[in-house]
Amino acid sequence: MTADLCIHGGRVVDPANGIDQTADVWISDGCITGIGDFSGDATRTIDARGLVVAPGLIDMHVHLREPGQEWKEDIASGSQAAVAGGITTLCCMPNTTPTIDHAGVVRQVIERAREVGLCRLHPIAAVSKALKGKELTEMRELHRAGAVAFSDDGLPVWHAGVMRKALEYAASFGFLIIQHAEELQLTHDGCINEGWISTQLGVNGMPAAGEDTMVARDIMLCRLTGGRYHVAHISTAGAVALVRAAQAEGLPVSAEAAPHHFALTEEELLGYNTDAKMNPPLRSETDRQAVIAGLRDGTIATIATDHAPHHPDDKRCGLSCAAFGIVGLETMLPVSLQLVRDGVLTLPRLIANMGQHPAQLLGLKSGTLNIGAAADLCIFDPKRKWVVDRYQLRSKSHNTPWHGKTMTGQVIHTIMDGRIVFQLGSEE
Amino acid sequence: MKHLFGIADLTRQQITTLLDLGESFIELSRRSLRKTPTLRGKTIINLFFENSTRTRTSFEIAGKRLSADVINISAATSATQKGETLLDTAQTLAAMRPHVLVIRHSVAGCCHFLADYLPHTAIVNAGDGAHEHPTQLLTDLLTLRQQWPSVEGKILTMVGDIAHSRVARSHLIAAATLGYHIRLVAPKTLLPQQVERYGCEIFHDFDAAIPGSDAIYMLRIQSERLTDNCAFPSVREYHEAYGLNRARLARANPGCVVMHPGPINRGVEIATDVADGAQSRILDQVEHGVAIRMAVLTTMCGGQNYDR
Ligand SMILES: [Zn+2]
Repeated sequence: MTADLCIHGGRVVDPANGIDQTADVWISDGCITGIGDFSGDATRTIDARGLVVAPGLIDMHVHLREPGQEWKEDIASGSQAAVAGGITTLCCMPNTTPTIDHAGVVRQVIERAREVGLCRLHPIAAVSKALKGKELTEMRELHRAGAVAFSDDGLPVWHAGVMRKALEYAASFGFLIIQHAEELQLTHDGCINEGWISTQLGVNGMPAAGEDTMVARDIMLCRLTGGRYHVAHISTAGAVALVRAAQAEGLPVSAEAAPHHFALTEEELLGYNTDAKMNPPLRSETDRQAVIAGLRDGTIATIATDHAPHHPDDKRCGLSCAAFGIVGLETMLPVSLQLVRDGVLTLPRLIANMGQHPAQLLGLKSGTLNIGAAADLCIFDPKRKWVVDRYQLRSKSHNTPWHGKTMTGQVIHTIMDGRIVFQLGSEE
Repeated sequence: MKHLFGIADLTRQQITTLLDLGESFIELSRRSLRKTPTLRGKTIINLFFENSTRTRTSFEIAGKRLSADVINISAATSATQKGETLLDTAQTLAAMRPHVLVIRHSVAGCCHFLADYLPHTAIVNAGDGAHEHPTQLLTDLLTLRQQWPSVEGKILTMVGDIAHSRVARSHLIAAATLGYHIRLVAPKTLLPQQVERYGCEIFHDFDAAIPGSDAIYMLRIQSERLTDNCAFPSVREYHEAYGLNRARLARANPGCVVMHPGPINRGVEIATDVADGAQSRILDQVEHGVAIRMAVLTTMCGGQNYDR
């Protein structure tokens, strides 16, 4: 038996196939050819003893800023950041310039990612033309060009009538609508969560009710239309409860949580830290616990970063003037591993939330170690500690709230199509 | 004291020291020769991004009475009109090496943010958004000190737009430090979320809050902003519910004083006869404002208790 690459002796975790055991994984011609005891010749061997070998992670919510804002990030730098975080599949949001609202831009973005060749990129196309919330995009053509879902993220689809039509039209073809759930009338001049912290800082708040009311409305529209509806970056106790009830009713409703919403609270804003400002904002401890409970009981089955790079100039200002968003690709895995250490999720369930589950939601082939599947893997040391240095991130932007913080868990190798696309320490 | 961002940064002892110093400057400002050489050779820049004639003038007079060189820059004439950022403006001015930069800006927390980039300049917060207004707070305390030796145990009733008020926040913090009690009076539309966590009492009915009050502190209502925002239906209804008039004042404690950070809206939050009446301390506040700012500038510039 021969192989191009053998990953030897790691803890192989493949939730889609119910695998969680110490084994070898071997790869030939870019595909997984076996899992078990490898005996034979491999061109290259990676010693993975003590490490976890998992399917390459999927992050279904990132802002890559290309085309249009390449000084913040581009597909090359975003891909580098992704693979450094063990992520081999990205879904990028359409709020670029031009907007990803016609097939040409979808194809351009996919083509650019292929040229970079580090990870897979599946665009999410706009629900409405130019994100204006008025006319629907040509969803069928966008889907044919490679868009895997539809969202106006950055903004909600605010108009109830347009949302109804979007869900109905998408439902006709089985497409998924991803909503940035925010009632703008309640949040419009806010910059952080509304509550005790916003009161002390003297800044306008964004009440949790702004998210809750939009999710509540949308769930009623789901019931009306039968459309598939996904709540992006869910952050409030109210929204989690609404999604849980909708799922119990059998509605096609799903949700994702961002690591910052289950790891941090609005307390981070004390001292006016603009790197803790994002939308939806960091919420209260009650909300954080509700998001964790949603992950525990499976109401929330996906973790996604909402990676939102911004230039330092857009963060070096007063809190109310600063841009919303933080980078997240390189910290997603270690921050999320805390859920395993805290006993919220088993390691296989955590891996499924960053692989199998988003893949199923979006109809992707990634997220498994199926024999014969493209060899996308993430090999990480769940115990290894490292300190986040914002200036060492591969992303072009440095806007992380975890600067100077110690992470536990580090990616050692990332493999895409059988190629090693990231190896810790090899860049320096 | 390197900077003065807010009352939250001051201890009880520091507050007392500033008030003592301020008290001595009241006397100085009443002499025929109203100038001391204390800050000769010091440069103070008043950088005001919001219009505030009274606060800016108060800082200006304070600096001049101390013999400092005072430069006033207002946003209307500054480079920010050309798109220069707050940081660039502040850094440019800091490079000219003033001893103190006094900043008024609509963005809460702007002084905290700027301080990270201006290592050589002392910053005094002259009001940042709805966050803090420490020199107004100290002014109010100096005014109350003329009334009673200590504010401990006294009840200060604040009425009006608490949500947008930096003075209110500074008082809510100072009350905990100094042991006075605050009653907030406003409809819920003008109260920030969870404000009761400061330890104050909340009233929506002004008449219920008046008995027992030792001082009634009226806040300015910006009627345009607030009616647009649906914070209250009309000035007429506001005045009826939350305006301070003689009948209401009569039900407060004997000797209750009336305060206002100015500028006042006669007939809106305060009736003219009350504003001009014997219990009004509104003009005393203005006078004491100069004295307190002299105390603050002296302290910042290496005068008394300068521990930089
Ligand atoms: Zn969003």
